[in-house]
Amino acid sequence: MRIHPILAAMTRNKFGAILIVAQMAVTLAFITNSFALIEQRVAWSARPTGLDEANVFVIRASTESREDLEARRMGELAALRGLSGVIDAYLTNEYPLQGSGSSGSISLSPDKTPSMRTSHYLGDEHALHTLGVTLIAGRNFTPEEVTPHHADALPAARVLIVSKALADTLFPKGDALGKTVYVQDGVPSQIVGIVERLQGPNFAATGRFSTFAEDSTIRPSRPINEYPRFLVRVQPGRMVEVMKRAERTLLEHDNEMIMSVVSMKEARAKAYLGNRGLVVLLVSISTALLLVTGFGIVGLTSYWVTLRRQQIGIRRALGATRLNILQHFQRENLMIAGTGAVAGAALAVALNLWMVQRFEMVRMANSQVLGGALLLLVLGQIAAFLPARRAASIPPALATRGG
Amino acid sequence: MFSYYFELALRSLRRNPVLTGLMIAAIAFGIGACMTTLTVFRAMSADPIPAKSHQLFAPQIQNSASTETKPSDESLSTQLTYLDAMALMQAHAAKRQSALYLTDLALRPPDATQKSTYEFTRAAFSEFFGMFDVPFQYGSGWSAQDDADHAAVVVLSSEINNRVFHGDNSVGRSITLDKEAYRVVGVLKTWKPIPHFYDLHTLPFGESDEMFIPFSHAIDKHLILNGSMACPAPPKPSWEGTLQSECSWVQFWVELPMKADADHYRAFLNNYASEQRTTGRFTWPAHTQLRDVPQWLAYNAIIPSEVNILIMVSLGFLLVCLMNATGLMLAKIMGRAGDIGVRRALGASRRAIVSQFLIETGVVGLAGGLLGLLLTAVGLLTARSLLPSEFVLLTHLDAIDTVGTVLLAITATMLAGLYPTWRAMRVQPAWALKAAQ
Repeated sequence: MRIHPILAAMTRNKFGAILIVAQMAVTLAFITNSFALIEQRVAWSARPTGLDEANVFVIRASTESREDLEARRMGELAALRGLSGVIDAYLTNEYPLQGSGSSGSISLSPDKTPSMRTSHYLGDEHALHTLGVTLIAGRNFTPEEVTPHHADALPAARVLIVSKALADTLFPKGDALGKTVYVQDGVPSQIVGIVERLQGPNFAATGRFSTFAEDSTIRPSRPINEYPRFLVRVQPGRMVEVMKRAERTLLEHDNEMIMSVVSMKEARAKAYLGNRGLVVLLVSISTALLLVTGFGIVGLTSYWVTLRRQQIGIRRALGATRLNILQHFQRENLMIAGTGAVAGAALAVALNLWMVQRFEMVRMANSQVLGGALLLLVLGQIAAFLPARRAASIPPALATRGG
Repeated sequence: MFSYYFELALRSLRRNPVLTGLMIAAIAFGIGACMTTLTVFRAMSADPIPAKSHQLFAPQIQNSASTETKPSDESLSTQLTYLDAMALMQAHAAKRQSALYLTDLALRPPDATQKSTYEFTRAAFSEFFGMFDVPFQYGSGWSAQDDADHAAVVVLSSEINNRVFHGDNSVGRSITLDKEAYRVVGVLKTWKPIPHFYDLHTLPFGESDEMFIPFSHAIDKHLILNGSMACPAPPKPSWEGTLQSECSWVQFWVELPMKADADHYRAFLNNYASEQRTTGRFTWPAHTQLRDVPQWLAYNAIIPSEVNILIMVSLGFLLVCLMNATGLMLAKIMGRAGDIGVRRALGASRRAIVSQFLIETGVVGLAGGLLGLLLTAVGLLTARSLLPSEFVLLTHLDAIDTVGTVLLAITATMLAGLYPTWRAMRVQPAWALKAAQ
């Protein structure tokens, strides 16, 4: 099959061909960038917190102020730990996937330089077990190290447990265990334990809070106040039932408590709701874009077939087979779509570079551009097939009639 | 003539239902996607208080050392310390001013069947209501005397008034919040500035304040902050410690009607910061900022980058849809070269052909626009279920959107139809007649 007749036919319909090329180029530019974005967002939403998420829930409560706060909180905590189905529980200040939380600087010397940013969690000796995080070096807090903490500000801590990410940031040689660090006020704290992974309460994927997402510390303190947050870990499969019983138990202790109980699964869904929404919207727009482009090709190719009925008849009468005619239209489409793919790839890269500069956009991988281009070529072939088959069925006799 | 062309257009469109359907669908999809994102964007970037947005200002004062050599926005906090806020309140250098912060109060309804809840409560000064033109259903804001007396008075949103007092005029009645009796002095009409410009630290597009109480009273009662607090150094662990600390957590707004007032206030702020240096509290040159509402919104960059990306994608989508429509229209019109030839041969002028096809594309645009409107409504409903609840308020279509959508569709389609129409105009009657035999 020679290319010449295809080119000759195409030059008679320049505008239509140019339209398809342009349409395919724009489509390619947008779907490849959408793919890149979707891939990035899905990866963000899937970041693990390090917790035993399936079996952990949080009770956020508020009560009236009272004198014997510490005794009350300890009583409530003991009651929660004693519930059947509960593995462990502790009082925390914040929890992963919460949204915003306290963070501050941590440095290697008392004069604050150089300093890194980290999230600060409070917890007692039950914290690691409740969270279900893995201790990879050092030890847990001892009950003697844990202090009650009454106000908003961070308590001073002599010992700290840090996430591996933070340990590696502070001590790139991997010798963080036992080292002394300084948190905010210049008080020295010793790193006694390192956990494999513990995400901070900020789940933001971009912006200044995302730079230390995996960097967190736990201080040996038990927050004692009128707005306690209990973190509870349950035996697998008993979540729903234990959540209800835990709420009832706390009400028995203090009938004025106002509570909201959230499983980590719900917290994750809520945290990434917007992200998921964006992914769904991008997927639907990309699909619609491909459909519209596909139907556009069907429409224009059909028109060309109608326009060239007579010529097709003549070629058939001169000995061209049905396959020849089918191939003519398929190849014509391949040429147009190929041009579109090349132009689209260039446009896609340009758009991506611009968006990287302008918005918080990810760099696109070459494989994504290539994949998108292939997808478009296949789409073109499928869209051209319907009208091409109609063209192939034009009888040679048509050539002798009319004209 | 118009009605004749209109009829011709309908007939022509009916003759090739598949092509017509594809064209209308393409336009409708493009318009639907575009209008959905544009509606959300427009709501997000709207001026929350158009009458006064250039008269309301948020001051900022650098109150901690910065590593940067030159003063920059990075070294400024978006809120003030309690100390600075109180000093600015005392100085009263603006027409109206108010320090603000958000807290929560437990509302335990007298009706025991209703669940107890925590409600967003705004601690503010009496001038807050006048400054922001807050509309009242019953009563009014509290007085400056109430500020001075640290009075337990409250202004309720209409929702809370409906829930607790069944919508009655509750002014003068008592309501129990956090176990304390407050006297209701006013009930608001629905008032939800979007974005929630005066405090962007919690849900800029979400639910807003349900109750308002005097700032002085909230401080007395140690009502804790629901928001964000930035501390250069940890405060002493007590309520008084937080108040005396360099932690910034108080929002502050001033009303400055004229440009000269704003200039004066800038000078005043700088003076204030310089004084802090002479007293030894600051060890750096005075660095302050005063931004009006539009500048404040831009500075806080509250529109998520997702929205910008979606707008780009949907505009690209509309472009593809229109190119598509152009192609299909070309196919359709040129498929009828014979008809055009006949009409031309029978004496129709080029102008007549052009009007005929412009009307035909207009009809396609109208149909696409109406369908697109339907798709926009569906899109907004979908967006409502997909986006976090704080964005739900934004997903509304109003009359302007509706008319705008249809007009956009018609204009865009007619633009897309220009080239095909031009080609139709250029059809040579003799050639077309011969080819159409």
